[in-house]
Amino acid sequence: MSEKKKLKVATTSLAGCFGCHMSFLDIDERLFTLLEYIEFDRSPLTDIKHVTPGTDIGIIEGGLCNAENVHVLREFRANCTTLIAIGACAINGGLPAQRNHLPLTTILEEVYHTSPGVRNGMIPNDPELPLPLNQVHPIHEVVKIDYFIPGCPPSADAIWKVLTDLLAGKEPSLEHGLMHYD
Amino acid sequence: MVQILREVQEALDWISPEAIDLLEALLQVPRTKIEGVAGFYSFLYLEPRGRYRILFSDNITDRMLGNQALLERLCNSLWIEPGKVSEDGLVSVDHTSCTGLCDQGPALLVNNLAIGRLTAERIDRIAELVRSETPLVDWPAEFFLIEDNIQRADILLASDIKPGDALRAARALAPDEGLLASNMRSWREGLPTGLGGPAAVLDEIKRANLRGRGGAGFTTALKWEACRNAPLKAGQQRIVVCNADEGEPGTFKDRVLLTRQADLVIEGMTVAAYAVGATRGFIYLRGEYRYLLDALNAVLARRRTENLLGANILGIPGANFDIEIHLGAGAYVCGEESALIESLEGKRGTPRNRPPFPVTNGYMDQPTIVNNVETFAAAALIALHGGDWYAAIGTKHSAGTKILSVSGDCARPGIYEYPFGVTVRQVLEDCGASDTQAVQVSGPSGVCIAPAEFDRIIGFEDIPTAGAFTIFDTSRDMFEVARNYVHFFQHESCGFCTPCRVGTSLLKNLMDKLHKGCGSPYDFAEIEKLNQLLQSMSHCGLGHTACNPVLDTIARFRPAYDKRMMQQDFTPAFDLDQALSQARQMTGRDDAAAHLSTEHGGAA
Amino acid sequence: MSQTFSLDGQSIAFEPGQTILQAAEAAGVFIPHLCYHPEFKPHGSCKLCTVKANGRQTASCTMRAVPGMVVESNTEEINAERRALTQMLFVEGNHFCPSCEKSGNCQLQATAYHLGMMSPHYDHFFPNRAVDASHPEVLLDFNRCILCSLCVRASRDVDGKNVFALSGRGIKTHLIVNAKSGRLTDTDFTLDDKAAQVCPVGVILKKRQGFAVPIGERKYDKAPISAMTEQNKLTEEG
Repeated sequence: MSEKKKLKVATTSLAGCFGCHMSFLDIDERLFTLLEYIEFDRSPLTDIKHVTPGTDIGIIEGGLCNAENVHVLREFRANCTTLIAIGACAINGGLPAQRNHLPLTTILEEVYHTSPGVRNGMIPNDPELPLPLNQVHPIHEVVKIDYFIPGCPPSADAIWKVLTDLLAGKEPSLEHGLMHYD
Repeated sequence: MVQILREVQEALDWISPEAIDLLEALLQVPRTKIEGVAGFYSFLYLEPRGRYRILFSDNITDRMLGNQALLERLCNSLWIEPGKVSEDGLVSVDHTSCTGLCDQGPALLVNNLAIGRLTAERIDRIAELVRSETPLVDWPAEFFLIEDNIQRADILLASDIKPGDALRAARALAPDEGLLASNMRSWREGLPTGLGGPAAVLDEIKRANLRGRGGAGFTTALKWEACRNAPLKAGQQRIVVCNADEGEPGTFKDRVLLTRQADLVIEGMTVAAYAVGATRGFIYLRGEYRYLLDALNAVLARRRTENLLGANILGIPGANFDIEIHLGAGAYVCGEESALIESLEGKRGTPRNRPPFPVTNGYMDQPTIVNNVETFAAAALIALHGGDWYAAIGTKHSAGTKILSVSGDCARPGIYEYPFGVTVRQVLEDCGASDTQAVQVSGPSGVCIAPAEFDRIIGFEDIPTAGAFTIFDTSRDMFEVARNYVHFFQHESCGFCTPCRVGTSLLKNLMDKLHKGCGSPYDFAEIEKLNQLLQSMSHCGLGHTACNPVLDTIARFRPAYDKRMMQQDFTPAFDLDQALSQARQMTGRDDAAAHLSTEHGGAA
Repeated sequence: MSQTFSLDGQSIAFEPGQTILQAAEAAGVFIPHLCYHPEFKPHGSCKLCTVKANGRQTASCTMRAVPGMVVESNTEEINAERRALTQMLFVEGNHFCPSCEKSGNCQLQATAYHLGMMSPHYDHFFPNRAVDASHPEVLLDFNRCILCSLCVRASRDVDGKNVFALSGRGIKTHLIVNAKSGRLTDTDFTLDDKAAQVCPVGVILKKRQGFAVPIGERKYDKAPISAMTEQNKLTEEG
């Protein structure tokens, strides 16, 4: 890894819990090493609001549960050369997708109308709020995803391994101990 | 078990939990077994499906003849949704795989009885009959008339041999000196002997170079000999099975053979029994041909009175052989011989692990031959006229004749029997096809050929076939043809092995994605990868051939796919805007932010 | 003197009647598999154990070894196809490992780890399958069923109870239990049944036992499935 232009990296969490981001931060002092090769674009770490065109790597946590998730994912796909899905939710929908066997209408009905303690409930219809999708989808079902880092969350070591593999121009792989779905 | 369940179904219109209670007690078998078997077959219902169960045949030929519009017309007229049962429990309307009436479609089954030549008038009449709850026996008889449509007959269809002639000829055959030694074992076992007759019959079959007519083309004499030489354990007997589970879409020649030449077929089975030393036989008749059951049983009964079936046939001591008919219940995979045997044993029709093969370990672990209807008919003629006579017909590698079931875009669909070696072009000419774009030979598991190949011949050395010959003219979209076949395989996959169970569903989803215009080169590459996987990992022929229609049409009609790949980049298989529909409904919103464009996700 | 065949270039001894998989296991060579279990008659449905025997692809759990046979197993081509099969199994059901008590002890998961499955690749089916919590001691979560039929075979062949069976066809194939109500509690199933011990995934789970061993310290967390002896795989703690 010689003196090259730093790679621009953007990250986001869609229908996720930010656990994967926390795990990313858990690479600790290796972040400094990493920062010799990359710089952050849009990310919860920078507070940049939109992905700069020509960004090299987009790292996406969480699946697609509403319209806004779709917009963000499309922005990433449109502006990043390489997209990485990180964590169980991005890869198979994860915990949020466990609502998929129920019709959304039933869920909204239950949450806002019929659940005990709700009085005069109303399903929020403010245009500011993104509408939920009928089902939660993993992100590879909506845009092309180039690499995946499984885990809930993936360990810091797993994230480090995949990123360093990629920086070294290798096909990322995770050996036993780093590969986890849980 | 399958027969019992079928009769319960016929009597009660479904297999209710209470009926299962009774069967459990009566048969002393666990409920899991009963439900497991019943759940496998399309025509056995564990939930009520109405007193009138109407199933539209959904082969590509039915589609080309407009079955979709007719189905909609019937559903509208009866106020029901396809696939659902009417609220009063009277009727349900759904699709089923090809019912073998491609030359007189569109077709449907009502409570397993076939009605062809559907028209808007006929559909309206059916709707009235259902609404007035007219019993099926009082429906117009002409509805249930099935035509033979024999357009060209040769040795099989034109045969007028008398019942018993072939058997008498078989018995009269003198043993071939050279063969006698190798067949001594069967002889010692005290098979029905006309002193060497069985061995001599086998010799004639060998000389005739007869190969199986079910599609695979296995040498018949080898199969029979292996069965004959398979050792019998105590209490065992050899079994002859006639495979009349004609499920390959586009094939209907066995239906006609069993209608017109039932004696010839049964005679052939009896000759086979004589040759291999079998004492028990089955005809596995596909459930779609339920209407043939009574007529076939009548033929069997007559032959018993004529001493051509039963004990001491033709007065030969120990020559015992009888046949029973087993009716299928809607499962294409049962055409595979080991799945067929499982089904005969009253189980789910899952193909077995092989080896061992049925010739040594078949029905109830006994030596069993399974042959196609047409093979047995040919065997009868060979017994009568000799192997040399038969071998002289057709080509060097493909002796005899082949019956083709011709349907699709042509003036004269129907049954055509030709000596092997006939060109595709000749068949097209004879049936009055014009502007032909493609011919699917031997159904979706066979090959799809383009005009440049029309000089190829029907025969084991070039295009082997089980008999289907489906014609598409230039107005047809070959992508849609392949998609119909992929749906067929997905529906008929038995679900036993992972690659076929999941792979056929994935393939169907990808073809549907292309159909909807959401396809990209990415999806095309995925289709090709799935084809590879199905071919290499599947358990049986169904999985191996499930991708044939796709591979063939990609190779020959690539533009039909290219025009479907409307997207350059990856696109989702589902409609994102539609995915917000329930939320829109619940919130009453319809503003711009309540919609998602279906544009693709942007270039990588 | 025992006979031998070649497996990825290694000479493997076998007893007459042994399958390729059995002989390989005996020799300590791992071939991925899910529906095979040494105590039951081979079934050959999952196809994970597919190998190339004399150039022809076949399930190694049902194919008997033949002297001199040349078998390829651990090749990039075959492993890629096996990986695709695990991906198919993952999208066919609802496999949410983080919320599954079997995670870390699951053969499907461990096999997918072994094959380097980074994602399920295909679009998910998200089938709607019920959970049967009726039994006092055992939970049935059909979402994770891979239709290996080990419980069917164990209940029928060992327990003599026929508690489980497969019904339906094709993609609608599903596990059923032996009760008119369709509920496990109305069968004679008990926790002592062999059928309660053989599920390779997280369908048949003992109730009121969660996280006794923490995630990350379970059987296949400690060692890859390829390094386990058949006996280790069979014991829950490994």
